[in-house]
Amino acid sequence: MKHLRAANKKARHIDDMIVMRKTAAPDGDVVALQNPTQPQARPHVPMGCTLSFSPGWEVDSAGGTAGLCQPVERDIYDCYVTCFWPAQVPDHLNNSMDWANKCAAATKDWRNLDLVFP
Amino acid sequence: MTAADTRVYRLDEFHKFKGGERSFLYLVPAGAIFEVDDAVAWILDRLNGNEVPHDQLVDELSAKGLLFGDAEELIYEMREAHVIASGETVLEPLENPPADFPLQSLVLNLTNQCNLSCHYCYEFGEDKVATPAGKPKFMDLETARASVEFLLEQSTGRRAVHITFFGGETLMNFPLLKNVVAYATERAAALGKSIDFSLTTNATLLTPAIIEFLSDNRIGVTVSMDGPKEMQDKLRVFSNGKGSYDIIEPKVRALIQNHRTRPITARVTLTSGVTDVIRIYRHLKNDLGFHEIGFAPVTTSPNRLYAINERGMDSVLDQFHTLAQEWLEFALRGEMHGFSNVSDTVAELVQGVNKSHPCGAALGLVGVGPSGDIAPCHRFVDSDTHSLGNISTGIDREKQQDFLGRGHIDTKYDCHSCFARPLCAGGCHHEAFVRYGDTGHANLHYCDWIRNWTNTCLEIYGAVSAQNPEFLRIFAERKAA
Repeated sequence: MKHLRAANKKARHIDDMIVMRKTAAPDGDVVALQNPTQPQARPHVPMGCTLSFSPGWEVDSAGGTAGLCQPVERDIYDCYVTCFWPAQVPDHLNNSMDWANKCAAATKDWRNLDLVFP
Repeated sequence: MTAADTRVYRLDEFHKFKGGERSFLYLVPAGAIFEVDDAVAWILDRLNGNEVPHDQLVDELSAKGLLFGDAEELIYEMREAHVIASGETVLEPLENPPADFPLQSLVLNLTNQCNLSCHYCYEFGEDKVATPAGKPKFMDLETARASVEFLLEQSTGRRAVHITFFGGETLMNFPLLKNVVAYATERAAALGKSIDFSLTTNATLLTPAIIEFLSDNRIGVTVSMDGPKEMQDKLRVFSNGKGSYDIIEPKVRALIQNHRTRPITARVTLTSGVTDVIRIYRHLKNDLGFHEIGFAPVTTSPNRLYAINERGMDSVLDQFHTLAQEWLEFALRGEMHGFSNVSDTVAELVQGVNKSHPCGAALGLVGVGPSGDIAPCHRFVDSDTHSLGNISTGIDREKQQDFLGRGHIDTKYDCHSCFARPLCAGGCHHEAFVRYGDTGHANLHYCDWIRNWTNTCLEIYGAVSAQNPEFLRIFAERKAA
């Protein structure tokens, strides 16, 4: 930190924690299920449930459980276009066609998915 | 618009101190120490007795010449480190140590017999808690070995364990001590653990052969000794009233000269009339050559003749400060001073300990009496009231939980507003029992004294941290009590 110099072991723990938290989420921002130790967004792999012909809650596209519908931010986004799952997301056919325009990579840009008021 | 806009800041809980001309904060709920710059100091002054909204604070900092981003960052750092707070703060209870906390140290009271009759002795004196009637006076080999096995078995996950030999007078059962050292060393090695030993003695029974054994086996030695002849002989006497100084003086010299593998420590009990700390220190350090000297006021109910009164304690504290300054001068030169009251506290500050209990008693440490009875520590050995079971049947978990529940800092309401609580945690269980009849009572009779001393140690820590931080590395490895 800039103004507080850690002078014992406990203080260094606190310092590390604050720096980590700051890198993961800028001040005042919403923190979802990002991994704070890996703040860099990983590539968005569209593995929506419909692609695997089975509801994503039980198995993923590879038949395992590693790529289920999480984190939630990706799940919400995927439900919007690719998935039949009746999640409460805006309807992309008629009323909110540009809802996800600012969200190119969901793991990075999910903050841009806003509420809609039809 | 972010959530920060609506925050109203006030000071959180910390203790401010100076060290080596710099400003530090001791963040009490964590035990963390931070050095702070002028900008932080300005905010602390600004919030002293005031509550200030976020935006106003940013504006005021901007008016002082800080860029907007810098002001936000400064406030962010202070808020996240809990130097300042907004909204309600709730005292977060310290977590309970796990119920199966592994043992690290065992204190073996090899005997409850002693060849001295020190008036203030907590084992035999007027305030004793021990009830030795009908119990063995000397520990036998079987009990000692069972105790070693108990330690090794109950120290799950620990690589290094420790045995302290205690008494009565420990050396009255030296044959057993020798046997235990050999047995425990072999058993620990077989299990891939390392083990070390220490003992406390009054030094009256030391012989060249014993000293050689202690040195060869790297056994740490603490000598209970109160100072030069007239002070030592005041209360540390044989049963016929004769002082013990003349007997132990040559033996102590021989011990220090010939035991070269571990530092030799003196442990001084301060009593009414034995409060000349500096003279005692000089005698034990310079004349006799002890490596380290630790002082503790006698544990006593307040009306005993040897209890130190308030004025006496003030004088003790003044002298502690003088020695503490010397300690600092040594530390800044990179040398170790022998005043262990400072060294021990500094070792805890390096780690930033934040204790749920004042010491390891009944947690990582237990005492075992000659009968095999398990006690929270050596001071409670042979006391039926405080027994936690027997070595043959193991620790009575219910009694242990009761003892630990009483001693937990959360139950000591008087401590909750005190900045010294991460280190003190209410003070010695045994002292509390002698004073207040309850092991879980905070030792309120020495609060001011503890706070003053803690502040002194913090100032020293700050100065060393600012001017010779490398020196603190020595303590990083030292076991925090």
